[in-house]
Amino acid sequence: MDFKIIPSVCSYCGTGCGVLFQVMDGRLVDTLPMKTHPVNEGKLCIKGWNLHEHVVSDKRLTSPMLKKNGHLQEASWDDAIQTTVEKLKAIIEAHGPDSVGVLASAKITNEENYLVQKFARAVIGTNNVDHCARL
Amino acid sequence: MTNSIAEIEDSACIFITGSNTSACHPLIARRVFRAKEKGAKLIVADPRNIQLSRFADVAVTQRLGSDVAMLNGMMHIILKNGWQAQSYIEERTEEFEEFKAAVESYTPDKVEQIAGIAQNDLEKMAELYATNSPASILYAMGITQHTTGVDNVKSICNLAMLCGNVGVKSGGVNPLRGQNNVQGACDMGGLPNVFPAYQPVTVEANNEKFAKAWGKALPGKIGYTITDMVRAMIDGKLKALYVVGENPMLSDPDQHHLVKALEKLDLLICQDIFFTETAEKADVVFAAVSVAEKDGTYTNTERRCMKVNKAIDPIENTLNDWEIISKLSTAMGYEMNYESPEQIFDELTTVTPSYGGMTYERLGLDGLQWPCPNADHPGTQFLHKDQFTRGKGLFHAVEYLDPAEMPDEEYPYWLTTGRMFAHYHTGTMTRVSPHLDTEQKTGYVEINPEDAKTLGVNDGETVRLSTRRGETEIPARVSNKVVPGLLFVPFHFAESPANILTNSAFDPIAKIPEYKVCAVKIEKAA
Repeated sequence: MDFKIIPSVCSYCGTGCGVLFQVMDGRLVDTLPMKTHPVNEGKLCIKGWNLHEHVVSDKRLTSPMLKKNGHLQEASWDDAIQTTVEKLKAIIEAHGPDSVGVLASAKITNEENYLVQKFARAVIGTNNVDHCARL
Repeated sequence: MTNSIAEIEDSACIFITGSNTSACHPLIARRVFRAKEKGAKLIVADPRNIQLSRFADVAVTQRLGSDVAMLNGMMHIILKNGWQAQSYIEERTEEFEEFKAAVESYTPDKVEQIAGIAQNDLEKMAELYATNSPASILYAMGITQHTTGVDNVKSICNLAMLCGNVGVKSGGVNPLRGQNNVQGACDMGGLPNVFPAYQPVTVEANNEKFAKAWGKALPGKIGYTITDMVRAMIDGKLKALYVVGENPMLSDPDQHHLVKALEKLDLLICQDIFFTETAEKADVVFAAVSVAEKDGTYTNTERRCMKVNKAIDPIENTLNDWEIISKLSTAMGYEMNYESPEQIFDELTTVTPSYGGMTYERLGLDGLQWPCPNADHPGTQFLHKDQFTRGKGLFHAVEYLDPAEMPDEEYPYWLTTGRMFAHYHTGTMTRVSPHLDTEQKTGYVEINPEDAKTLGVNDGETVRLSTRRGETEIPARVSNKVVPGLLFVPFHFAESPANILTNSAFDPIAKIPEYKVCAVKIEKAA
């Protein structure tokens, strides 16, 4: 039996409580509050206590998908990326980079948000990048 | 937040408006209760009787969208009694006289007529806030999601400066951010007008700096906000949309309008951990990983950048968001060969001055609060300490304006929307969580007992809500949380979507939709 405790941060609201993920034999089994964390000092709300439940949900997406004949079907990463790139390039060619919009996310990390806006600005060539801060 | 979460418990007075803190930010509410135990005064102004109202020294239910009138009224009373922080105003702020002239006409009588706040309550609010120092203001989307959202925030800043509460410990203007990394997404330049750390794209020096860092010429024109994007889709100007970790189908206002917009796209790319209502409409879906499967950082509402650590391997055929973006970018012809999130972090700190002194090693378990410009800087607990970031604190003269839509004969009730304690945003994460689902399985509309009686509706019975945008059927929850004439619908539930009803009218500057106010009709369902 292999048991690990991994410190992390709750991904629900903007409070940013410190959590401890409990991992048993590579499976995420529970969430605990971090006692020494400056934000939550050993407490959590009902959402935080149950943070692991959405991670292990059987409703998670498990594979990329592509629309074929009007229906989304499982695809390989190579196919999904290649098809997307072909379509994106054709749209940029025909209508210019400002015909593309990118929505970054209040759920992903800083590193990933940095890359999303870099992708919009440097790769697509547009400042059409926003996220759900207003919503 | 200008100040930090822990400081709240040492405030002498806490003014909460437009935030249901104990339901939506419970671990911040905990600091409010601690402050109460230490003797702090508590003022709560919310259109609903929220849980915190019961603990307040004064609690009012202002009419939806009347916040500017309420705040101007408080400041009118403060000035009339000479409770303002005169030397602070003279030393640290500007344009006070213009502001003072603007609040002159907001007499308690006028405010009572607009906001429905009894005159002695307004006077008590003003006195408690102005005579207990330091005083902290907490607010959330109840202040910002209005066609006058920017005016509301400016009025809050006026109030805080008037009483010398900005730049002091346990004071401040403290917006409570709703999503775990909404602060970070803004800091990282996930906005159409700024690069990371709010460096405007229209300033040539910034553009050159990033062009050099990224080895590519960059556009200098401000892009579309999310609100503009929807319109551009309808007009056929926006052909492709790449949505990362969002579910606009449930989170955007006026759902019918949005569906029409999405259907006009040539390409919709959706990247998420669940098959959301938005993913159902997509041409491509990228399967990403959850919080427990990734390394990286989040920045919370008090500007604290903290390390997230991978606990388990990515499930099945999923990839980290940074890996997906890198693959896509490389396939587009722009090489991104990052080996780890740490490598990306080290790159972003070189172009994001407020994060300049941060490294994974320095973040440790507690994180660091920006600005943290260099390796020796300890981070910043509260902002504007000796002077405001812009130099002098700027007062704004703000006049009250009506919301975009108000009740009339056809749609006689006020409708407001928001969150409830057990669920989160569009419900994609919480509704699959067995414990949270057990707490609340369906959507509902809160209705006052008097109104329920008039309509002949019992608790739990289905009612039909309709607005100029759309209609939905939903169980009634008869409750004194709402005052007569007001209805409340949480927006977590796809089968009774609040945003089929809401108004997409938006603030002209912030482009934020008016989710908090519209006019609605309610009938017993057949």
